[in-house]
Parts: sequence; structure tokens; C-alpha cells
Amino acid sequence: MVEVEQPPVDDSAENLYEQAPCGYLCTRPDGKIAKVNQTFLSLTGYERADLVDRASFADLLTAGGRIYHETHYAPMLQMAGRAREIALDIVKPDGSRLPVLVNANLERDDTGAPRTVRVAVFEATGRREYERELLRAKQRAEISERRASSLAQTLQQTLIPHRPPDIDGLELSAQYRPAGDGTEVGGDFYDVFEIGPNDCVVAVGDVRGKGVEAATVTALARHTIRAAAVRETRPSAMLDLLNEALLADKSGFCSVALIVLCRTSNGWEATACSGGHPLPYLARANQSPRALGTHGTVLGVMADPSLMDKTTRLQNDDLLVLYTDGVTEARGESDQFGEDRLQACIRKYMPSPKAITAGLLEEVLEFQSGYARDDIAIVVLKVVPPE
Amino acid sequence: MDPIKRHDVKVTGLDDSQPILFAHGFGCSQQMWRYVAPHFESRFQVALFDWVGYGGSDPSAYDPDKYSTLDGYAQDVLEICEALDLQEVIFVGHSVAAMIGALAAIKQPERFARLVLVCPSPRYIDDGTYVGGFSEQDIDELLESLESNYLGWSSAMAPVIMANADRPELSEELEASFCRADPKIARQFAEVTFLSDNRADLPHVAAPCLVLQCSKDAIAPVSVGEYVHATLPNSAYVVLDATGHCPNLSAPEATTRAIDAFLRE
Repeated sequence: MVEVEQPPVDDSAENLYEQAPCGYLCTRPDGKIAKVNQTFLSLTGYERADLVDRASFADLLTAGGRIYHETHYAPMLQMAGRAREIALDIVKPDGSRLPVLVNANLERDDTGAPRTVRVAVFEATGRREYERELLRAKQRAEISERRASSLAQTLQQTLIPHRPPDIDGLELSAQYRPAGDGTEVGGDFYDVFEIGPNDCVVAVGDVRGKGVEAATVTALARHTIRAAAVRETRPSAMLDLLNEALLADKSGFCSVALIVLCRTSNGWEATACSGGHPLPYLARANQSPRALGTHGTVLGVMADPSLMDKTTRLQNDDLLVLYTDGVTEARGESDQFGEDRLQACIRKYMPSPKAITAGLLEEVLEFQSGYARDDIAIVVLKVVPPE
Repeated sequence: MDPIKRHDVKVTGLDDSQPILFAHGFGCSQQMWRYVAPHFESRFQVALFDWVGYGGSDPSAYDPDKYSTLDGYAQDVLEICEALDLQEVIFVGHSVAAMIGALAAIKQPERFARLVLVCPSPRYIDDGTYVGGFSEQDIDELLESLESNYLGWSSAMAPVIMANADRPELSEELEASFCRADPKIARQFAEVTFLSDNRADLPHVAAPCLVLQCSKDAIAPVSVGEYVHATLPNSAYVVLDATGHCPNLSAPEATTRAIDAFLRE
């Protein structure tokens, strides 16, 4: 076997220092550079004589970097004795910038006074360019998120009445709150509209799911109910048409509670029908709130849904409360908000529709510690003497 | 929200004595006063706090509208004073907090007995013959610095690196949060700080002030300290033989002595 003679390794301390694969310098307590290695000089283009005893490390930074040095890096060094992975730009003698990452240790003497700061400087041109791209990508993502969120809110506004109509003889209040932080379009909707001088329709519904897909179903449901209200007089017939439209569209299914209000010579008559939706409540002074109508089939699932109308004659001061399951199925620590709490709320805040919607929403939110896991829609109507 | 929780207010010293309120500058937290504040505990009621977004404050209380000017921060000072029912307050503010204290003292002069302005600057950007020390481009570079360092830090946060065994100045937990803030908050605070111009406010500060200037400060140069001293109606001026912008850390004894002498006058 032929032995190849290995060249000698120069492992003198001098060489390890001067030729280390990173820039290396130390500074005195006043900040002035006391010693600097060859790698640092080669990286930055400075002469040793420019730096030693003349400049401090902060002098080599951009003005912005100097502020960062003074407000973050130096305090960190003083307080923790070290600073790690600080990104800075060194200004070279020709004015160009060298992006670097810096690690530094503070050494103290026996009395605890700072003696020297040792600084290792790593060139970071490629890494910083990559980080800038990451930052730009992050900023773009934030802009997109804001845009999506504002789009969701705009879309949301088209799914509920801009301003509920003024109907003589009825006082109306509504609350709507999409789930979560409001960045997504909710699946609940409500609508109140007149179909003649003595007739009006109130609908509260819940489309399965959230987001854009739910929004298209919501729009379809809302507009189909409006169109159906022109052709049909009974709420069950209107919901039948909505069921057909949903089946034909194959886009999704929803539950709706619908009340048609009709003014007769004896006052208002309310005809209620539920397509798989929680039944509206009728609240009358000195009586417990009672549910109106019978549970029917969820809409958009089968061709022949079971839908039944129930007509009730209303008195002055009667309240109709329509809501979505975001109210009753709101989850607290151990149980759901439930119908008992809902009825208690109605009794507590009646007879003002506004007080009921606001108070109920507040209590439901509080019940789930301020975070709505599901959309919440509440509509309350009160029969008042005509003007 | 309760300002005491919002700002992680810590009260030590003598309950019934004159209160001294320490406010940290842009960048770190109330820890900046750890070598100075304890000295005053034997004679004063000492209160420390963090600006929202820093140290132990509640970052959810950050309101970009409120904190779009230094007035929002001055409001915080007044709210803290009110919550603790502080009267005859000695306010010690470092860096931008010096100006914030001046604004608070203009709003409620009756609340403040004296102000100590450590390394103050009423304007950081040069303007005509006024030398603040920076140009607008410099401030843009600072904002970029903040963002680059946010990236470096976010990845380094996870494993707390081995502690410095010989001199554990800060606990690891503190070190992990020290000088670290939500980058959005840090950016807006930097913009509000370094783009502010409070020169016209200085003549309205009625309380006696101490201007503490470092002999070699890269952020608030001596000429700025002299300007502040000359413009305030009633101020003493002390130059500390210290390098840098944080004498509360780099020269705590001299800083303490100067404040102490001013308060004994």
C-alpha cells in the first residue's frame, strides 16, 4: 500500500482566528473595536487600520440598523449577556450593503462590569433574500386575507335585508351574527317583506355549511321564497316551491321557518310552517311562550316533504320570535343554551322586540364565552295598534 | 379594560410615599429599569409598567387607532395614574417614553410633580437647521430591520438556547420575551416614535424636568439633549459619561445618582 503524504494542517490559534469561516471581532466596553479577524475584513472590504480603536461595531451599520442595535441588540446583550441571530446590514466602504446575521456574547470582569463583547458575523445575502421573499409572500397573503374577509362581509350584507321594512301595526327587530371572527360568510339568513298592503312574510333559515357554497344556496333560498310568495298564499306551498328549487339545483339543503302575516278586520293572523327548522315562539303577556306550528321536513332532501300550516289569531302586544339553532345549540361549559334559557330570555326582555334580540344575542354569546361557534339569527315581531 | 392588567403594572416600595412611575422606551420592557428602580423603593412608591405589546402586557388590548399617535400612549399613562390614584407623580421616561410623559404632563399638569427625561428626542428626523440625527430613509431601513429580525426570531423561539450559566442575568422565560413584540405592533410603535415631532409641545411642560443625556448616544445626540433643555421652561441638564442610548442598563449607577440628586433638590 502506498501512503500518500497528507499536507500539514495549520491549526495555530492565529490561523484559526484569522481564517475562521465567519467574521469575528471583539469590542471594548466603550464600543470601540479592539480586534478583528481577516475574514471580517475580506467580507466587508475594510482595512484593519480603519476599524481597530477607531470605529465601533454600530458605526458600521445602516442608520436604521443602528437604531435597532441601540433599542434591541444592546439591551438584549446587557440583560441576557448574549444576542443571537440578529439580522443587520453592514455598510461597506463603497456604500454597498452586506446583509449579515450576528451572534454576540458579553463578557464581564470579576466585579460584574462589562469587559468585552465578542461578535461573530455570518454573511447572509442569500438567506436574507429568501427571507425577503417570504416576507413579501406573507404580506401578499395578509392582503388576500383582508380582501377575502371584506368580500365575505359584503356578500353577507346581500343575504340579509339592508333595512327591514316599516310595516304599520308591527314592530320589528332583528339580529344577525355570523360564526367565528366574521371572516367567513355565514349560512343563516332571514328576510322580512310585504306582499301587499295587508300581507307580509317573515322567514328565518339555516343553510347547511358556510362560505361561498352556502352563500349561493342562501341567495337561492331567499329569492325563491320571495318569488313563491307572489304565486302562493300558504307558507307550506311556498316552502314546497323552495324544496323543488333546491332539488333541481342540487346545490344543498336548508331549514326554514316561515310565517305569513295577514291583516284581517279582526287584526293579524299568523300562519306558520317549518321546513325542518326550530319552531317560532308566540309570547303573550302573562303566559309562557309557546311554539307555533309543527316540525316539517328539511328542504332540498326529498321530493315530497311533510309541511303543515298552522294559523293563529294574534292580539295586540303579541310577540313572534324566530331564531336559528345557533341560539339553542350554543355550547356552554357543560350543556347547550337550550329552549328553556331561550324562553327565560324572552320573558326577561319582553315586551320590547329590540330588547329581546339584543339581550338574547348577548346572553347566547356570553354563554359560549364570547365566541360564536355557529351563526346566530334572531327576528322578533310585535303586534302594535295601527297608526 | 383594567389598565393595571393591560400594562402588567408592578408596584413596590412605600405605599404612602410619593409615587415614581418608570416608563420604558421603544424596543424592550419594564425590565429596562431593573438596575435603577429598586434603588428608589426605600423612599418612594415605585410603579413600573409595559406598553401594550411589550413585556407582560396584554397584546389583545392593542388598538391601532389609539396607538397611531403618542397621545394614545400618553392616555395610557394618565389611565395608569388614575387606576393607582397616583398624585404628585414623578415620571421617569426613557427614550420615546420621555416625550410621552411630557404629553401626559401637558394634559394633566396637576397630576405630575416632576419629570425625568432619559435620552429624550422631540424629533428624530432632521428638519432645516434642526438636527435630529436621521433621515426618512433611515427610518424606512429601521422598519425593514424590525421585519428581518422578526423572521430570525420566530424560528429561534422554540428551543430556549442553553442558559448562560456563569451569569444568568435574566431568567430564560424573561429572555424569551425580552425585546420581543408582535412585528405589527413593533412596526407601528417605531413609525409613531421616529416620525413624531413634539418640538412645539416642549414649551408647555410646566413641571420641573431633568434632561439626562448620554455623552455618546447614536439615537439622541447631545445637540438634541441641549435643544430639549433649552426649550423646556424649567429643566436641569445632566450629561452622563455613557455610550449608547440605554444608560439605565449600561450606566445604572450614574443614572440612579443623577435622578436621586434631582429629586433631592
